[in-house]
Amino acid sequence: MKAAIVGSGNIGTDLLYKLLRSPALEPRWMVGIDPASEGLERAASAGLEVSVDGAEWLLRQDELPDIVFEATSAAVHRANAPRYAEAGIRAIDLTPAAVGPYVVPPVNLGEHRDGPNINLITCGGQATIPMVHAVSRVVPVSYAEIVASVASVSAGPGTRANIDEFTRTTSRGIEAIGGAGRGKAIIVLNPADPPMIMRDTIFCAIPEDADPDLITDSIARMETDIRSYVPGFRLLREPQFDAGRVAIFVEVAGAGDFLPEYAGNLDIMTAAATKVGEEIARAATTHRHVTA
Amino acid sequence: MQLRLTDTSLRDGSHHKRHQFTADDVRSIVAALDGAGVPVIEVTHGDGLGGSSFNYGFSLTPEQELIKVAVETAQQAKIAVLMLPGVGVKDDILVSQDNGASIVRIATHCTEADVSVQHFALARERGLETVGFLMMAHSQPPESLAKQARIMADAGCQCVYVVDSAGALVLEQVAERVEALVAELGDDAQVGFHGHENLGLSVANSVAAARAGAAQIDGSVRGFGAGAGNTPLEAFVGVCDKLGFETGVDFFKIVDAAEDVVRPVMPDECLLDRMALMMGYAGVYSSFLKHAYTQAQRYGVSGAQILVRAGERKLVGGQEDQLIDIALELSRERVR
Repeated sequence: MKAAIVGSGNIGTDLLYKLLRSPALEPRWMVGIDPASEGLERAASAGLEVSVDGAEWLLRQDELPDIVFEATSAAVHRANAPRYAEAGIRAIDLTPAAVGPYVVPPVNLGEHRDGPNINLITCGGQATIPMVHAVSRVVPVSYAEIVASVASVSAGPGTRANIDEFTRTTSRGIEAIGGAGRGKAIIVLNPADPPMIMRDTIFCAIPEDADPDLITDSIARMETDIRSYVPGFRLLREPQFDAGRVAIFVEVAGAGDFLPEYAGNLDIMTAAATKVGEEIARAATTHRHVTA
Repeated sequence: MQLRLTDTSLRDGSHHKRHQFTADDVRSIVAALDGAGVPVIEVTHGDGLGGSSFNYGFSLTPEQELIKVAVETAQQAKIAVLMLPGVGVKDDILVSQDNGASIVRIATHCTEADVSVQHFALARERGLETVGFLMMAHSQPPESLAKQARIMADAGCQCVYVVDSAGALVLEQVAERVEALVAELGDDAQVGFHGHENLGLSVANSVAAARAGAAQIDGSVRGFGAGAGNTPLEAFVGVCDKLGFETGVDFFKIVDAAEDVVRPVMPDECLLDRMALMMGYAGVYSSFLKHAYTQAQRYGVSGAQILVRAGERKLVGGQEDQLIDIALELSRERVR
């Protein structure tokens, strides 16, 4: 499937390398707005067509992508989304715009794979919501809370200017996709040098008589599912059970494609986007075979 | 010299009280402080608006109820609230204002001031008075702090505080930081100082801050705050009387308030003990104290070691969850 990346910042450029490695996706275009962008330069030398005229330029081309990955900002994606839809281009949205439904690949990708627009929530959401789901699929979770600690250098200007958007969007994802009755998200930026690798703690309120083995097993299975597309994801400790609560500790190291290893928060977004793109491509191929 | 004092026993003291304040506690303390002439009283969960959580501890009474009670009780004092971007959100500020709070204090780690820009903008647009907190100020040199203070002032902050969250700053180190902020901000914003008693210097550090140009000083009556407590406000008022700094607070009334009203609400005194000294010495966020006790007990490891390792890992305010990880690490090491 022919793919385009819109946005040539850290996320877009990291995504470029993952798409170049993908057997199912063919990155053909990358557009941005900054002529000095290192991302565009790298994309051009990797053989992609590039432009600094953004989505405008992309949509004017004779040949259009099947999938576009949006790595700009929520406002830009809100403006672009209807135009992609009109042109019949599927959109995978890495901004917090939430035009399309929230997707966390190991939880609900199947439900939305055929939709026109998929939203990837937030980095903290991709790292923690699957774990909330891992608990809520075996016992009721009345409340879940996540604490995401990320290295200061990996939090870009967009995240900083809109930190409320992170907490609100992630909280909603914990409820809607994680399956918690109520969700809360906390984000902490840590400036330690050398930079700390992303860490997340997931607390779930569970019934006092819940079976710890059942929960621990479900968490371990989810870890395996996530590691299949985010190799740097791992449980740091055994889940910890206290009165009416389980605490899960995870670390997300990046693959080091464009961003350094500590930026697991950005890596898990680009890895999730790639996973979604590949599943869409796979489904399309299967579909074609069936109709042929 | 005039100083404006803010009492934070009903916010920083929330840590020591493990967030178990009742409406009656707030009513009695606000009435006593208001009667003594304290001009600003801060009331919020210890970790700021929205801090009630597994990570920081759940509030016994919803903080907005406490804010309402404080506003109803105060005759002259303004009620302030604290918020940490990443924990609370803008809506929390709006609800607090609806409940009568008139000052919002927005706190970030002292290298991350830019996460507060949207909150200052909202607060000023709504006519709230604004204060900015640069937390863990010991960890950065004066010139870096001044740059961060500039970000807050440009965003609409009217007074930027040097916040010694770890109680790790010593005299001249306070003065240098306050001076750097005063030089950077000029008439654009005031400068404040928030101290902790972890090295036994909070009153002296506050005097150093005032002499270096700070116009606002925080304290907590009876030291009722995290770690070894905050600057004991009644002691600081007495010192100000001696030095000729005007605070507008009646020394005898605030001493009575500390003894007769605040102390009975405190679970025990805030002590300059081994754990507190570790925090001051290793530069650890004071609010970690009670959590370190909890995890030390839960996993049978040394609380002091948890705190020292928190310092080594360079944890910042908000990362209380990582204390569990450290306790587990320590218990594994012991088994080996």
